[in-house]
Amino acid sequence: MTNVTTMRNAQVAKQKSEVSVKSSRNDSINFDQIYEMESFNKFVRKKNAFLFGTTGVFLFLYILLPILAFTPVLQQKWIGNITGVWVYSAGLFVMTVVLCMVYTKMAPKFDQMASEVLSEYEQGGAK
Amino acid sequence: MDLVTVIFFLGIVGLTLVVTYIAAKRTSSASDFYTAGGGLKGWQNGLAIAGDYLSAAAFLGVSGAIALTGFDGFFFSVGYVVANLVLLYIIAEPMRNLGRYTLADMLTARFSEKRVRGIAATSTITIVILYMIAQLVGAGALIKLLFGIDYWLAVLIVGVMMTTYVLFGGMTATSWVQIIKACLLLFGTTLLAFLVLWKFDFSLMKMFDTISTQHGDQYLVPGMKYTSMIDSVSMMMALVLGTSGLPHILMRFFTVKDAKTARTSISWTTWVTAIFFSLTIFLGFGAMHFVGIDTIKAENAAGNTAAPLLAEFLGGNILLSFIAAVAFATILAVVSGLVLTGASAISHDIYGEILNDGKLSEKQQVLAARIGSISIAVVSIILALFAQSLNVSFLVSFAFCIGASANLPVILYTIYWKRFNSNGVIAAMATGLISCLVLGAMGPNVWNPVEGAAIFVGEPLVPLSVPAIITIPLGFIAGYLGTVLTAKKSSDAEEIYKEIRVKANTGVAVSEVSHH
Repeated sequence: MTNVTTMRNAQVAKQKSEVSVKSSRNDSINFDQIYEMESFNKFVRKKNAFLFGTTGVFLFLYILLPILAFTPVLQQKWIGNITGVWVYSAGLFVMTVVLCMVYTKMAPKFDQMASEVLSEYEQGGAK
Repeated sequence: MDLVTVIFFLGIVGLTLVVTYIAAKRTSSASDFYTAGGGLKGWQNGLAIAGDYLSAAAFLGVSGAIALTGFDGFFFSVGYVVANLVLLYIIAEPMRNLGRYTLADMLTARFSEKRVRGIAATSTITIVILYMIAQLVGAGALIKLLFGIDYWLAVLIVGVMMTTYVLFGGMTATSWVQIIKACLLLFGTTLLAFLVLWKFDFSLMKMFDTISTQHGDQYLVPGMKYTSMIDSVSMMMALVLGTSGLPHILMRFFTVKDAKTARTSISWTTWVTAIFFSLTIFLGFGAMHFVGIDTIKAENAAGNTAAPLLAEFLGGNILLSFIAAVAFATILAVVSGLVLTGASAISHDIYGEILNDGKLSEKQQVLAARIGSISIAVVSIILALFAQSLNVSFLVSFAFCIGASANLPVILYTIYWKRFNSNGVIAAMATGLISCLVLGAMGPNVWNPVEGAAIFVGEPLVPLSVPAIITIPLGFIAGYLGTVLTAKKSSDAEEIYKEIRVKANTGVAVSEVSHH
C-alpha cells in the first residue's frame, strides 16, 4: 500500500514537472518587478474596469426587478396576458447568457495580455 | 412502494455506488479527497456546480412555490441564474489562482495567520450545518412522502448514503454523483415541461391566458408571498451575492487545473441553470393548473410535492417514480457535497493546519478527512432528527445571507484591496456571521404571532425574512473599519499583496500555490 502511494506520488510529481513549465521557474519570479511594470498595471486596470463595470450594470438591472415588480410598470400586461415581471425576468435570463458569452469572448484577450506581460517580464529579466 | 419505484430507487443507489467504487480506487491523497486531484474537466465541473445549485430546494421548492404563489416563486429562479455572473466575472478565476482546498486556504495565501483560518473555517462550518439541516429535514419529509417510510429511517438512509460516497470516493465520487444527478434532473424537468407545453398546444400565450382566466391575475404578479418591496430586495441580494460566498460552491473551483477551466466550468453552469430555471415556469404553472392548488396544499403545505404530483398527472406511476428517484438523487448529491466541504474545514483547516501546523503526512491527512466526514455527517443527522417537526427550510436563506455578508466581502477585499489586513478579515467575517444569525433569529421565520407558523410565537423584531440588505453592508463596512482603524505600515504585507495581485491576474506560479 505504502509502495503504491509512493509510486503514485512520484508519478504525479513527474507529470506536474512535465505539464507545468511555469512551476519550474517559481523560485525566480520577482513579483515585485511584475507588480511595478507599466504593462501589468495597464492590463489589470483595463481588465478590472471591464469586470467591475459589467458587474455594476448587471447587478443594477437585476435589483431593479424586485423594485419595479411592486410598481404598476411591471405589473401591467405587456403581451397578451403576460405581465411585465415575466418579460423583465426573461430579459435577465437572456442578459445572463449573453454576458456569459461576452465574458468567454473577452477572457482569451485578457489571457493574451497576461502572457504578453509575462513574456515582457522574462525578456526584461534576461537582460 | 411499488415495483417500478423500487427499481428506479435501486437504480440510482446502484449507479452511484458503482461510481463511488471506481472513484475510491483513485482516491489516495488529500488532494484526491478534497479536489479530485484538480483533474476535473470544465464541463464535468460545470455540471457538478449546476448540481450544487439545483438542490431539492430549487427543484421541488421553486416549482412548488410557483404553483402556489405564482411569480413570487419565480424570484428565486432569477436570483440563482444571475448569481452565475457574479461568480464568473469576479470570483471564479482569482479563486482558482489563489486557493488550494478551502476558502481558508485562499485567505491565508495572503494573511498567513491561524485566526484568519479559524474564522474562515467557523463561517464554513456554520453555513454547512445550516444548509445541511434544511436539506436533511426536507429530505426526510420528502422521502417519507414519496416512499412511505418513517422520517427517522429516511434521514438515516440519506445519511448513510452521503457518508459512503464521501468516505470512500471523496471529491471524485461526490462530483460524479452531482453530474449524474444534474443530467437526470435536466432530463426529467425538460420532459415535464415538454408535456405541460403540449397540453397548452405549445403556446406560451395560451398557458398565461389559462392561468389568468381560471386562477386569477394575482398569480402573474408578485404579492402572494412577498408583500414588501424591501423584503424581496433583501432576499434577492442574498441570492445573487450569497452564491459567491457559499463554501461548497467555492470549493468546486479547486477541482479543475487552472483559471481557464474554472471559466469554462461556470459557462456550463450558466447554460444548464438558465435552461433549468426557465423550465420551472412550466412545472409551476403546470402543477397549479393540472394538479390544482388545493390538492398540492393538502399533500404538503409548502408545495414541495408539486413537481412529483405533476409527474403523476402527466405520466402516471412510471413518471412519478422517475421524478421521485431524481429528487432522491438530488438530495443525496447536495448533502454529499456539504459533508465534503464541512470535512475540509474541520480536518484540513482546523485539525491539519491550525492544530498541527500543516505538518500532517499525506496518510494522516486522508485519515483526518475521513474522520471529519463521519463527524460532520453524524452531527447533522442527529440535528436533523431533532428538527423533524420544525419548518427549517428558511435555514438555506440564512446560509446565503452569511455567504454574502461574511464571506463575500472578505474574498473581494483579499483579491482586490491593497490595504486590507487580517484585522479586517476578522471584523468582516465576525460581523457578517453574527449579524445574519442574530437578525435572522429575530425575523419572521423564527417569530410569528400565529402559533405553528414559525418556531416561536410572537411579533418578529426584524421584519425581514432574510436580513441581507442590512448585513451585507455591515460586513463590508466592518472589513473596511477593521482595516483602517488598525492599519500599520508593513512592507511584508505589501509584498504579499503584490504577489497576490500578480498571481490572481496572470495565473503565474499557480501550481506553487495549489500544491505546496
